Amino acid sequence: MKKLMIGNQAVAAGLHDGGLGVVSSYPGTPSTEITEFLAKYDDLHSEWAPNEKVACEVAYGASLAGARSACAMKHVGLNVAADPLFTLSYTGVNGGMVICVADDPAMHSSQNEQDSRHYAIAAKVPMLEPADSAEAYAFAKSAFELSEKYDTPVLLRMCTRIAHSQSIVETGEPVPAVLKDYEKNPAKYIMMPGNAIKRHPVVEQRTLALQELAEDCAYNTVEMHSDEIGIITSGCSYLYVKEALGDSASILKIGMPNPLPVKLIKDFAAKVKKLYVIEELDPIIENHVRALGLEVTGKELFSLLGEFSQQTVAAAFGLAAKEFVTADSPIPARPPMMCAGCPHRGIFYTLAKNNITVHGDIGCYTLGAVPPLSALDSTLCMGASISGLHGFNAARGADAEGKTVAVIGDSTFMHSGMTGLVNVAYNATNSTVIILDNSITGMTGHQQNPTTGYNIKGDPAAKVDLEALCRALGIGRVRVVDPYDLAACETAIKEELAAEEPSVIISRRPCVLLKYVKHAPSLTVDADKCRSCKKCMKLGCPAISLKDGKAKIDTTLCVGCGVCKQLCAFDAIN
Amino acid sequence: MKTTSVMIVGVGGQGSLLASKLLGRLLMDEGYDVKVSEVHGMSQRGGSVVTYVRFGDKVYSPIVTAGEADIIISFEKLEAARYAGYLKKDGRIVVNTQQIDPMPVIIGAAQYPVDVLDELTAKGVNVEALDALALAEQAGSSKAVNIVLMGRVAKQFGIPYERWIAAIENTVAPKFVEMNKKAFDLGYNS
Repeated sequence: MKKLMIGNQAVAAGLHDGGLGVVSSYPGTPSTEITEFLAKYDDLHSEWAPNEKVACEVAYGASLAGARSACAMKHVGLNVAADPLFTLSYTGVNGGMVICVADDPAMHSSQNEQDSRHYAIAAKVPMLEPADSAEAYAFAKSAFELSEKYDTPVLLRMCTRIAHSQSIVETGEPVPAVLKDYEKNPAKYIMMPGNAIKRHPVVEQRTLALQELAEDCAYNTVEMHSDEIGIITSGCSYLYVKEALGDSASILKIGMPNPLPVKLIKDFAAKVKKLYVIEELDPIIENHVRALGLEVTGKELFSLLGEFSQQTVAAAFGLAAKEFVTADSPIPARPPMMCAGCPHRGIFYTLAKNNITVHGDIGCYTLGAVPPLSALDSTLCMGASISGLHGFNAARGADAEGKTVAVIGDSTFMHSGMTGLVNVAYNATNSTVIILDNSITGMTGHQQNPTTGYNIKGDPAAKVDLEALCRALGIGRVRVVDPYDLAACETAIKEELAAEEPSVIISRRPCVLLKYVKHAPSLTVDADKCRSCKKCMKLGCPAISLKDGKAKIDTTLCVGCGVCKQLCAFDAIN
Repeated sequence: MKTTSVMIVGVGGQGSLLASKLLGRLLMDEGYDVKVSEVHGMSQRGGSVVTYVRFGDKVYSPIVTAGEADIIISFEKLEAARYAGYLKKDGRIVVNTQQIDPMPVIIGAAQYPVDVLDELTAKGVNVEALDALALAEQAGSSKAVNIVLMGRVAKQFGIPYERWIAAIENTVAPKFVEMNKKAFDLGYNS
C-alpha cells in the first residue's frame, strides 16, 4: 500500500517488516518517532530505556538470544552507546541487529553537529544511509539480512531532513519474526582479552568482505548522464544535487557510507572529466576518494557546517540564483520558549533573581537560558549539570557552593544524572541539585520514563521514587517544592545552598501540556491597578505582554498558574 | 509537470502540521509524487515553524529555498514577512492577519513591524490578507485557523471540493468534523 510517511515512520515499518523482535531506545530529536511508531505494533517488544547505552545493550541481549533487534538514538546518543558498539563489532550478532542513529546538521534541536559516520569507521561496522522514506523502509528491512550474513551490527544513519520529511512509501510483505537458537559460545561472546584478540582479525576480514559488497550492491548506484561532471554524493545531498542539476551531471550515489567502495569510485572517476564529492558535515567520502589518489573537489566548495539545499548546489555550479523580494523592516526573531504555565519558570525566576550560578542540562529547561530569565550559565550534554557542578564547586570551594546549583529534568536524571549525584555524595562537595520533575520527557514530545509510572505503551509500570533514590545514593537532605509557589522556591533554594552538606531539591509539578493536567481559569490584569512596574514581565511568560504601558494577559494562552500574581505588588492580577 | 512548492508557516502550536498532513495526503491521492518536510523539536515551543510541501511528477528535494515557493500560507503576519523571500516572483502569499508577539517584542527588545504586509504589497508581492481567526471563531473554534486557511487556498491545487471535505472527515476527530467543515467553507468562500 502507498503511504506518505516521515523517514522515521518508514524506518519503523522497515524494521518491523524485516522481522524485528525487540526494540529499546532513548528519545532524542530527530530519532524519536522510529521507536514511537514501533510501539504501535503489538507483535514485537518495544520500550524506552533510561539511556542509549542501556538501549543498545538491550538490543545486543535480544540479538544474542536469537531475535532481530534494534535501537534508535540521536547522534549524541551514540556517544553514550559507543561503549557497547565498539565491542559489539567484535562479538557480532546472533539475530540481526540495527542501530539507528539520526544526525542533526544545522542543529535544529541539538548541542553539536557531529557526523555519525566517524563511528561506523572507528567501530568497523557497516553503515547504511537512505535518502528518502522509500529507501529508509527498504534499507531498514534489508539491514537485518546484512547484519546476519556478515555477523555484525549495522548502523542506519538518518539526518533531520530525511527523518522528518514525508515521502511516498510502498511497503512490502513483512518477514515473520523468528527466534534463532541460542548456543553458548564463549569464544565469540565473552570479550576478555584472550578471546577478543582472536575476534579482531575476524573484524578485519569482515571489513574486506563488506568492501567487496560495496563494489556491487543495491545501496550504491551509478547514474551516467554526462562525461563532463561526475558527483559522488549520499543522503539528502543526493536529493539537492538531483533538484539543482537534474540530468546534467553523472552521479554515484552512496547508500552505504561504510565501508566505501574502491573500484566503483575509480571506474566512475575515470568516466568523467571533473569529479566532485557533495556531502553534508565532514569530508568522509572525500577523504576516501583523495586517499585513492583521485583529483576531487569537495569541501573547497561545500561547507563543513550546517545543512545544504538545492540552492547550495546550484550556487556552487554557477547557476543563477532565483529572484526574490524581502521586507526592509527588521523582522524580530521568534525563538522557542518555555510555555505559559511551564512549571520550570518559577524555579528559574527565583534562581535569576538571586544571581545563582546555574549548571543546566538537556531538555525543555535549557530554554531557561533565553531572555528575560537568562538563568543558565552552562549546558554541555546529558547529565553534565550535576557532575559539572561538583567539579565547579571542587575548584572554587565554599564560596561557589553557597551560590551555585545544577538543574536537571526527571528523564535526564534517570539517563545519566544519577551517577553524577553519587559522585557528589561520595566525593563530598556541598552541592545543591534541583531536579525539575515534570513527570514526563518533555522536549522530545512527551515520552514516558522510569519516573512517570507508565511504559511506552501507556500501561502502568514500576515508578522510581526520586526522594528515596536520592537518599539511597547518599544525599541526606532531600526536599520537594511546588514551583508554582515562589516563596517556597526561594526558601528551599536559600536553605539548601546554606546547608553544610549536599542536597537535592525536587521541583515537582507535571508539564502543563500533559492531557491529564487541569488548567485553572485564565488570569486578567486590572488596568486601573497596574502601575506599569513590569515586574511580571521578568517571568518571560508568553501570555503576558505590555499594551499601552500596562500588562495584558492573553487569555487563550494563560493556564492560571498564578506565578505572575505572586509578583504583583499592586494586586492587579486576578 | 514541474514541481510546485508550498510553504506553510506559523507559530508553534497553531496547527500548521495538521494542514501540511492534510494537503500532502490529498496530493498523493491525486497521483502526484509528494514530499512534506517539517522540523520538530525546539520549534514546538512557541517558535517559528515552517513546513514545506512539494508535489509534481517527481520530487527530489524536500525543502524550498529562496525565490522558489509558488504559494506561502502564513498563519501569522510576522511569519509571512519572515519567509517572504522564499516566494517566487509571481507567487502568492495568503496570510492570516493575526498578530502573535514573539518574546523579543514582549520584553521590549524589538518592535513588531505593523505595516509589513503593506510594505510587501508596495514592493509588488501578491499578498492576500484575511482574518482567519475571526472566521475560525465564527465556525466554532479559534483552533480551526488551519482549516480556514486550507479552504482559502484549496482552489490552487486542482483538488475537487468533495475530496477536501472527505479528507477532513478522515483526519479530524468525529466530534469536530462539522465545525471543521464549516471552517473550511468559510475559507473556501472568502
